[in-house]
Amino acid sequence: MEKRELTCIGCPMGCSITVEMEGKDILSVAGNSCRIGDRYARTEVINPVRTLTTTAVVEGGDLPRVSVRTAANVPKGKLAECMKAINALRLKAPVAIGDIVLHDIAGTGVDVVATKNIRRVS
Amino acid sequence: MNSVDVVIIGGGPAGLAAAVSAKEAGSGKVLVIERNNELGGILVQCIHNGFGLHTFGEELTGPEYADRYIKKATEAGAEFLLNTMVLDISGDRVVTAMNEKDGLFQIKAGAVILAMGCRERPRGALNIPGSRPAGIYTAGTAQRLINIEGLMPGKEVVILGSGDIGLIMARRMTLEGAHVNAVVELMPYSTGLRRNIVQCLDDFNIPLLLSHTVIRTEGKEHLTGVVVAEVGPDRKPVPGTEIHYDCDCLLLSCGLIPENELSRQTGVAISPVTNGPVVDDTFETSIPGVFSCGNVLHVHDLVDYVSEEAGKAGRYAAVYARKHGAEERGSHRIEVCAEGGRGVRYTVPSSIYEDSMDEKVTVRFRVGSVFKWAYISVYADDERILHQKKKILTPGEMCQVQITKEQLQSISGLKKLTVKIEEE
Repeated sequence: MEKRELTCIGCPMGCSITVEMEGKDILSVAGNSCRIGDRYARTEVINPVRTLTTTAVVEGGDLPRVSVRTAANVPKGKLAECMKAINALRLKAPVAIGDIVLHDIAGTGVDVVATKNIRRVS
Repeated sequence: MNSVDVVIIGGGPAGLAAAVSAKEAGSGKVLVIERNNELGGILVQCIHNGFGLHTFGEELTGPEYADRYIKKATEAGAEFLLNTMVLDISGDRVVTAMNEKDGLFQIKAGAVILAMGCRERPRGALNIPGSRPAGIYTAGTAQRLINIEGLMPGKEVVILGSGDIGLIMARRMTLEGAHVNAVVELMPYSTGLRRNIVQCLDDFNIPLLLSHTVIRTEGKEHLTGVVVAEVGPDRKPVPGTEIHYDCDCLLLSCGLIPENELSRQTGVAISPVTNGPVVDDTFETSIPGVFSCGNVLHVHDLVDYVSEEAGKAGRYAAVYARKHGAEERGSHRIEVCAEGGRGVRYTVPSSIYEDSMDEKVTVRFRVGSVFKWAYISVYADDERILHQKKKILTPGEMCQVQITKEQLQSISGLKKLTVKIEEE
């Protein structure tokens, strides 16, 4: 039996969680204070995922960059590939919060959305 | 001179939340004065997620969180003056400000809310030996350069201080292709949130060196390296433990200081522990009609608590303005004390008026060292009225307890509440 000690990233409490597993079978999850922790631990030991937040280049806007996020979690191992795809973007102002700026990033099925409004300037 | 019911100084998360609730509490004219060219304060450069779990029940990024409050405040009918610097607040609440369009002008305020936020401890306050090469930035400056302006401050990085901004920037710079050699922390514990150590450092195998500090910077025109050493229990470098890093960038994340120049100038009493105003349960400072909330009051970890606290300050300021100061605070003042030392360092508020208080008052505080499985206790004079077991208490995470009116009323002649940490 393998024991994995995790710190939950589901919220700022940062619960210490212990997962007992046999190969890929999870035997028990303990130490979490809520359902988020349980879900985090079960995903983290099999397929860790993260929300990626970064910026993309905008042309013709009041600022040179717009902040963006993945609309859902993406596999941790694909973060570098996702960054590459977002860094290749050349968006055109205006951009509004919630606009999808990239579909299905790095084959994850997850969209990338803008998190800031960028006005167009002439 | 223009008259305004509530003038709010600062258009960040605290100012915006205060504006919303001042309007909701029935204030006529609520004016937010902001020195930047946009609202939202520091949130606009905090592009990472993790904001709003308490307030909105979902994880937002900083700009998204700010946008929600900007919309709320606008819809509530608050007014905003951007690019405007407040120069002075007189004891009778005349606010002197200036901007490019209107020049120098004065506003008579029914109530004033101080919501100026905080700023980072700069290099000059850290006593790091070495010359003054380019490449040394506070973590927040680097955050602005990267996230707003799209500029990279360096490629080989060392970060001094493991506060949340330092941790967030370790991940941010790594994602943008820089190599973060180490995060160096003087204390034997990190002052950042645990989740940030996991998702910002562990995820990218960035070493966290506790009980270490930067003892020297190298390079004349531009930074070429730093020397890090372990520190002993006296926090002095231990000879022979030096580690050299070649780097072109040193980020400093060494604490935040409430920005209270205006408050001091106005004569508001400042706590030597928080560096923020001393307030009662209505967030009123030592000057009647002048309220304070957010990071200018005490530095928070979570914006959600800032919004909640500022919401209350806004409501009380609205009441004060409506009654032209005739609002009677209760007459039964109970002092709220921190035990000091390793335990509870301060409390906000530092007094509660029992006869005029809300049904519940949240008392927030920080501890001076790390405690595991210890109790937060509240004593009403000598009687213990609260005893809560906590898995972990650390200086990096703000703690809170709730005190009810019922609890306080049940003890006659109560003078003092003391919040302390007990091992059992």
